Amino acid sequence: MAHSHDHHDLAPGEIAPPNTGHIWKTFWVLVGITAVEFVFVFFMAAGAMRNAIFIVLTIFKAFFIVGEFMHLKHEVKGLIWSILIPMALVVWLIVALVTEGSFLNNATGTLLNR
Amino acid sequence: MHAPTLTPTLDPTLEAPRTGTWDGGNEPLKASYGKLMMWFFLLSDAFSFSAFLTAYGLIRHAHPAYQGKADAFQFSQAYWPIPDKVFNAFPFMGDANVPLGFVALMTMILIFSSVTMVLAVEAGHRRDRAGVQKWLLWTILFGSCFVGSQAWEWTHFIHGAHHGKAVVEGTTFFGANLAQNQYGPVLFADLFFFITGFHGTHVTSGIILLIIIFINTVNGTYERRGHYEMVEKIGLYWHFVDLVWVFVFTFFYLV
Repeated sequence: MAHSHDHHDLAPGEIAPPNTGHIWKTFWVLVGITAVEFVFVFFMAAGAMRNAIFIVLTIFKAFFIVGEFMHLKHEVKGLIWSILIPMALVVWLIVALVTEGSFLNNATGTLLNR
Repeated sequence: MHAPTLTPTLDPTLEAPRTGTWDGGNEPLKASYGKLMMWFFLLSDAFSFSAFLTAYGLIRHAHPAYQGKADAFQFSQAYWPIPDKVFNAFPFMGDANVPLGFVALMTMILIFSSVTMVLAVEAGHRRDRAGVQKWLLWTILFGSCFVGSQAWEWTHFIHGAHHGKAVVEGTTFFGANLAQNQYGPVLFADLFFFITGFHGTHVTSGIILLIIIFINTVNGTYERRGHYEMVEKIGLYWHFVDLVWVFVFTFFYLV
């Protein structure tokens, strides 16, 4: 929390007052997104559209947890990219293997059903 | 030979410290060694969890999806189960159908523990020892609640609902293990055990780390050190565990 670093006006041994507004704000954002997810679970038929909504909402939640709670948003660009670029490559792995899974299902039918 | 001195005065016969950009005189990521190493450890750990969830995606798509109406859903090994038909029990409520109710509670507990963790880190920035202790204790409490809830969920999953599944030998099988599964394909149970188990192991080791830094805080270790960076580093780990749960929750319970 960069904005709680200034201890200049404090006497020795004195403790600065807590500065927690942004923490609770992030908390309510996370609770809100989770609540929205449950609305979609119960009021929308399952399908590709609903799954896409879930994935987008999950990425929103991840953004707030990593950006605010883990403070990555306030680090230097080099650190941000050295974490994000390797993770972005994982997206390709997921796309490739999910496609492969669908192929297995179509090509082999009941091969995996023992 | 003279005894090594602890004063930072430089021996004039030694080279002056190198300060060039490529000689270590530069700190491009503006973060301490410990925090950077925690970040890169977490990156590697994220790869492990990505591998698990990618395997889940592959195996799920390699199985047929349930085609009929959600209301008429029956457990069968012929297709992948609908998660909110599997995870619909709540402690002390017997047979009541509470789809995803318990996992919603677990999610809230873990998000809340992340908040108390970040409050402990914030207190550490202000060198507020009592505040760090208070929020670490809350985090340990919520983390333990989560692991306890997971133990309950595993127990329920293993012992099964009240309606078993007929198996080849003509008996009825209740619940799931690594070789039999009442709820659907065997791999569904295997992935459940491995993914939530690997995550639960992380939460458990997180609680142990939290207890260690709580003891250090009480003993004044960080007060003497002059900073509470260790709380920040363990905090990074704890938030990562929460982050993984967000993904497990989506890909295992929602989609």
